[in-house]
Amino acid sequence: MTHRYFPHTEADIQEMLARCGMKALDELYSDVPEELKLKRPYQLPEEKSEKEVRDFFDALGRKNRTLTCFAGAGYYDHYAPAVIPSLLSRSEFLTAYTPYQPEISQGTLQYIFEYQSMMTQLTGLDVSNASMYDGTTATAEAMLMTVAAARKRNRVLVSATLNPDVRYVVMTYAHYHGVKVDTIAEDNGVTDLKDLEAKLAEGDVAGVILAQPNFYGIVEDFTGVADMIHKAKALMVINAVAADLAVLRTPGEWGADIACGDAQSLGMPLCYGGPYLGYMCTTKALIRKMPGRIVGATTDAEGRRVFVLTLQAREQHIRRDKATSNICSNQGLMALYATIYMGLMGNAGLRDVANQGYAGAHWLAKELEATGKMKLTFPDRPFLNEMVMTTSFPAKALIDEAIEHGILAGVRIADDRLLIAVTEMQTRAQLEKYVEIVKSLKA
Amino acid sequence: MNREYYGKLVFELSRPGRRGYKLPSNHLEGNVEQLPKDLLRQEAPELPEVDELTLVRHYTNMSNNNFGVDTGFYPLGSCTMKYNPKINDEMATLRSMAGLHPKQPVATTQGALEAYYILQRSLSEIGGMAEFTLNPYAGAQGELTGLMVIRAYHESRGDSKRVKVIVPDSAHGTNPASAAVAGLKVVEVKSLPDGTVDVEALRPLLDDTVAAVMMTNPNTVGIFEYNIPEIAKIVHEAGALMYYDGANLNPMLGKARPGDMGFDVMHINLHKTFSTPHGGGGPGAGPVGVRAGLEKFLPNPRVVRQDDGSYKLVYDKDSLGQVSCFLGNFAVELRALSYILSLGAEGLMLAGSLATLNANYIKEALRDLYLLPIDRVCKHEFVFDGLIDKSTGVTTLNIAKRLLDHGFHAPTIYFPLLFHESLMIEPTETESRETLDEFIAVMRDIAREAKDTPEIVKEAPHNTPIRKPDDTQAALNPVVTYKDLKA
Amino acid sequence: MIYYSPTHEYVRVDGNIGYIGISDYAQHALGNVVYVDMPEQGDDITAGEDFGAVESVKAASDLIAPVSGAVIEANELLIDNPGLINKDALANWIIKVELTDPSELEGLMDEAAYKAFCEKEAH
Repeated sequence: MTHRYFPHTEADIQEMLARCGMKALDELYSDVPEELKLKRPYQLPEEKSEKEVRDFFDALGRKNRTLTCFAGAGYYDHYAPAVIPSLLSRSEFLTAYTPYQPEISQGTLQYIFEYQSMMTQLTGLDVSNASMYDGTTATAEAMLMTVAAARKRNRVLVSATLNPDVRYVVMTYAHYHGVKVDTIAEDNGVTDLKDLEAKLAEGDVAGVILAQPNFYGIVEDFTGVADMIHKAKALMVINAVAADLAVLRTPGEWGADIACGDAQSLGMPLCYGGPYLGYMCTTKALIRKMPGRIVGATTDAEGRRVFVLTLQAREQHIRRDKATSNICSNQGLMALYATIYMGLMGNAGLRDVANQGYAGAHWLAKELEATGKMKLTFPDRPFLNEMVMTTSFPAKALIDEAIEHGILAGVRIADDRLLIAVTEMQTRAQLEKYVEIVKSLKA
Repeated sequence: MNREYYGKLVFELSRPGRRGYKLPSNHLEGNVEQLPKDLLRQEAPELPEVDELTLVRHYTNMSNNNFGVDTGFYPLGSCTMKYNPKINDEMATLRSMAGLHPKQPVATTQGALEAYYILQRSLSEIGGMAEFTLNPYAGAQGELTGLMVIRAYHESRGDSKRVKVIVPDSAHGTNPASAAVAGLKVVEVKSLPDGTVDVEALRPLLDDTVAAVMMTNPNTVGIFEYNIPEIAKIVHEAGALMYYDGANLNPMLGKARPGDMGFDVMHINLHKTFSTPHGGGGPGAGPVGVRAGLEKFLPNPRVVRQDDGSYKLVYDKDSLGQVSCFLGNFAVELRALSYILSLGAEGLMLAGSLATLNANYIKEALRDLYLLPIDRVCKHEFVFDGLIDKSTGVTTLNIAKRLLDHGFHAPTIYFPLLFHESLMIEPTETESRETLDEFIAVMRDIAREAKDTPEIVKEAPHNTPIRKPDDTQAALNPVVTYKDLKA
Repeated sequence: MIYYSPTHEYVRVDGNIGYIGISDYAQHALGNVVYVDMPEQGDDITAGEDFGAVESVKAASDLIAPVSGAVIEANELLIDNPGLINKDALANWIIKVELTDPSELEGLMDEAAYKAFCEKEAH
């Protein structure tokens, strides 16, 4: 009755039981009422060898199709340098617990400190937490943070141009927490600032959540918005695609109080939805209202610079129901992922990635318009590497046809609208193939 | 561990002009400078510039200042730090899975959906539940999701009075925090001296304002809540639901199922019972299971198997809503599935008993030196209230730090809050008898040191890469970025 | 006149003005105070309900209002220097309030009663 993961021999079990004054393993459960005991084996397959496990997953894998990815909608296909999986697989990082014992966790604590430093550089804000689950939940947490910071106000405004997945998760959290969420209307692809002003004037607003670039890939102009929001004593939250902040005006530069969102765009695998990496940054003034763990620098008994978890009194394990959040972890390993990625790429690398996406997306948009079968849905709006295009055929027809050629053409957001993203991953030939497929479709 | 490289930050290795990457090129013209100036960053971010080897050495040396399950024994109560099998990591990073975009048509992701479905069914069998969602990202989010299911259920019956959730005073801090996020008020019920919930104290609390009672079983002192049938009965009679915090599910593997104990909703920490690596704090996964009748309240989307054997995504109007961007931490789910397949039914049936055996073995070997406030057969873990001999002035914190000197991780300390000097030990089933014997010997040594040379214990740790960081300074004057450090 | 609550807050009363802080016993039990979460001027506090928190490195303690009133001033010295509470908890009050119901004081302990209360709690 042994297994390769269990070191116990039959003799071990008997001798250990004897030390406990018992003869059979069942006696360890003498306090469990008989009627609760499971009297049959689990109805699950029998033990598999590694080879059989591999075969099983290979068979599952063959039922999937990995495609050249022009889909984005918040999750982008970027190149992941080989260094990252190699370092992440170091089991000193991979199999470590939360760094509650700083003496033997300097590795984890230090990369989180580096991560926080880099994220504040990207967002242009003062402080960052140690990361959160993903962009949807980080934004929901930001929503809760604005309500906690505003004390008595209980209404949050969310732009209609925010990614729907993010909006849905924000609304779920808000519904159960008892926060009222109102949607700011959309004006030709961007946040309707007149509607924002009107809704702020109605009062009771704790926070306003905007998106950059927004769900349609459009880079929004927030000139004057921070003043408008702060005049109403609300907090300004910008949900931004992390990698794009290397080139776009930062939340800090726009005057936002909180930046949050997903950092999957920092080279992380798409992985069918996760794990990704939620980030949150804010101002010094709001640091104690920020959820999640935070690493700080200090000195040890011998005067060395060291890192520890700090401001823990805000967290659930101490504050229980008064905590800033129920989150008890961060996205540890994915924060390391982002840190190594940003370390390798540097500012120049992130710029190159943005430039390639920009060039590819603008080339593709131009060529697709030239087919006469697709046109930009919001032609006057600036975009970085993702755009909405209106099709003269059902968008689904393009998706289906492109799959035949191993291409994921984008994300269908209406019957005749497709959200298309380009990164450094698609070759010139694949971009040209895309155009050819569109040419082949009947308008 | 490496003392020399501790503390040097990647920023301090940076030299202008170095680079660690080379991008593929699409040879197209155009760059972001063509966007309106006002929309671009005014100031470039200060990120490091390093070559590949410099960066690899930096993080390799940093990892040497870390402790993981692969490094040594983690007797960390309530954390179930079992071995993380290597095959699971490989199965989670296969290109055929990791290359899938969440928005690609389901016709091209049938294998991924099947993996989700098989894991969902496996957890349902193990939990004794009707259906699981794998969408929540972590145990804490699983709790929150589970409480939302409960609220959605009461709402669906038009019952809006139920705003309270009862938790035992021994509960994990996360329980009350999750309840608060879910908009519920927390009421504590006290425990009996034997660590189990006081049924008579619970009874009067159960009225029509209670949405749920949240429990772990075994509880945080490692004791099986033997009154659970009676508790489930009176809770259900009061119209409330039973929530099972799966943090302590491991010892119940093969022995008893939360569904059979009368729980209606539960979560499982895949990073505990199902061996996915903790990753220094994440990513984890917190699947939530429900009994029959509550399935429609689970978060969107759900993966449904159709009669022809294909899988589809369902967005239900009765659902509590969406709690994650898609189907949760998918790669973590794949690891758990790989683990379940590797153990098989027989291995899973045995895991709980061996974990329980290991815990009792340690408890019996140390109880003559460490104070055992609850003297019963324990499950996966147990709690000492510090040393029996309190005259030495050696505290639980000192003992924990002294263990670090001997190459063991510390136990969970000062939790649960029921005792002043809580020292909570959970060995898991993957530790050998030899490891346990070594740990026992060290714990006995520490007890002896506490008497003979208490200063050695009080000044611990002595051999770790760093010693006694100044937490007060860190909290008073938060330095949380490289920029702060330079300032 | 100074009054104490069983949750270790004090209120020093001067006319209908009360200065509220935590007792010396409480600061001692808590250890180095690193942060005080205070209400703002104009906020109302209600006897028996929390109005903020005092944090040390590894613990946090809710501040429970011993009396009801309107906050006239929060002690801003504590923002940059929370450790003042450890130096002298009685001199370094946290908030100054205008009492709305002085009869609430009757339910609190005087210095002698509080001293006895603490001695009992310490055992």
